[in-house]
Amino acid sequence: MCSQKEKKSYEEAMGELEAIVERLEKGELTLDESIDLFQKGMELSRYCGKKLDEVERRIRILIEDENGNLNEENFNTSGITEV
Amino acid sequence: MSMQYVLSVSEINKYIKEIISRDLVLSNLWVKGEISNYKYHYSGHMYFTIKDDASLLKCVMFRSQTSGLKFLPENGMKVIIKGYISVFERDGQYQLYAEEMQADGIGSLHLAFEQLKKKLQAEGLFEASRKKRIPFLPGSIGVVTSPTGAVIRDIINILTRRFPNVDLKIYPVAVQGETAPAQIARAINRLNRLGNVDVIILARGGGSLEELWAFNDERVARSIYDSGIPVISAIGHETDFTIADFVADMRAPTPSAAAEIAVPEKSMLENTISTYNIRLKNALLRNLAQKRDRLARASGSTVFRQPYNRVYQERMRIDIMGKYIYKAVRLCKEKKSNGLSTLVGKLDALSPLQVIARGYSISKLKKTGRVLKSVSDVEPGDDIEICLIDGKIGCAVKDTEKEKLYVQPEGKKELRGSHGRA
Repeated sequence: MCSQKEKKSYEEAMGELEAIVERLEKGELTLDESIDLFQKGMELSRYCGKKLDEVERRIRILIEDENGNLNEENFNTSGITEV
Repeated sequence: MSMQYVLSVSEINKYIKEIISRDLVLSNLWVKGEISNYKYHYSGHMYFTIKDDASLLKCVMFRSQTSGLKFLPENGMKVIIKGYISVFERDGQYQLYAEEMQADGIGSLHLAFEQLKKKLQAEGLFEASRKKRIPFLPGSIGVVTSPTGAVIRDIINILTRRFPNVDLKIYPVAVQGETAPAQIARAINRLNRLGNVDVIILARGGGSLEELWAFNDERVARSIYDSGIPVISAIGHETDFTIADFVADMRAPTPSAAAEIAVPEKSMLENTISTYNIRLKNALLRNLAQKRDRLARASGSTVFRQPYNRVYQERMRIDIMGKYIYKAVRLCKEKKSNGLSTLVGKLDALSPLQVIARGYSISKLKKTGRVLKSVSDVEPGDDIEICLIDGKIGCAVKDTEKEKLYVQPEGKKELRGSHGRA
């Protein structure tokens, strides 16, 4: 269950979240359903937020050595506006 | 005319060849004409003729020269050829040995571009159905471009502004010159083999058609087509279209635009998430409030406010019913008791007591208690009792005398008389 969730793309999770929000906003749900949807929604939103932060900032340049192997080196970004 | 010297066929052809090859004009010239009878031999040599309105010239272009061609010759194509005239001794034919060929009229590059475009289009390399989706949130972005210059700076600036924690892999290549096409194709292939790259940006700044030429190379086109990773092309200015742009999964008008396509704006996504969070919470609260309202409405209804109301009502109903029943029973009883008093009245009328009350009396023989109905029932000296309405009189019989007191014509009167006489 958890590993399956990890594979979910940001877009998929976002799509589900959107659907849940709309269902919940429509109402006409039992109390249990509302709470269940709310919890699922919060979980998805946490998941999406996590997805946005899971990539680490890295700017590398790929250098091929004499044996044809690719090595990654930090790319000199001096002169590039840091945000 | 005498035959002072006889030459063989080979000798004369060789002689002619020598004369021609000594000619400065024929050894280096430009010829223009229209290609016909074009044959591209499997050996890699091209054989054709060029002609004008009046004349033909045989031509050959060897493989070593054809590789420099930007376009493929076709019959009917107007060309300008640089080369030299020489003789093919075996056939005794002079011909033009082509070293360079350019399209006459439109530029060669333009022609080459059109030709490759047509060819790759026919092969389906530009098919929209073959284009891969650009991922919404790429984990890692490969950039194939020159590591120096404004393009890579622009791309990094925009990528990091939109998505600060971006993962970039820059694959440096020459973006113009002889080696550029092979380098670019190799870079795309290697990024594919490297794995872990979700989208590739292939970029170059603006330039002339010649400077952008590497991106019209078939090797580059095929490497993009074969790439399992989606490729965004961003070559030159918005008005420049290269073959690479046609094959790419997405064409960006400029390198900066490619960076915008490659990553979403993180802050906007974060806003969206928090908006959804708020909407979720509000919706839940609204749902709960609705439930609470409904509960309140429900408990406000009569059932909850006066739970015994129904019981009281039923009780009243029972009371009313009871009353009805009581009435009915009384009515019934009254009817019955009316009948009874009639009977009692009747009984009363027949009672001997009534007769007695009117002055009649009953006489009984004291010793037996027998009611006297005849004078012969007693003997003088018998004690008798006379019963009146208010008591008894004790008497002794002195004597008896038979006498017809009353003549009775009917049995009924006799009956009556027999009762009333003492």
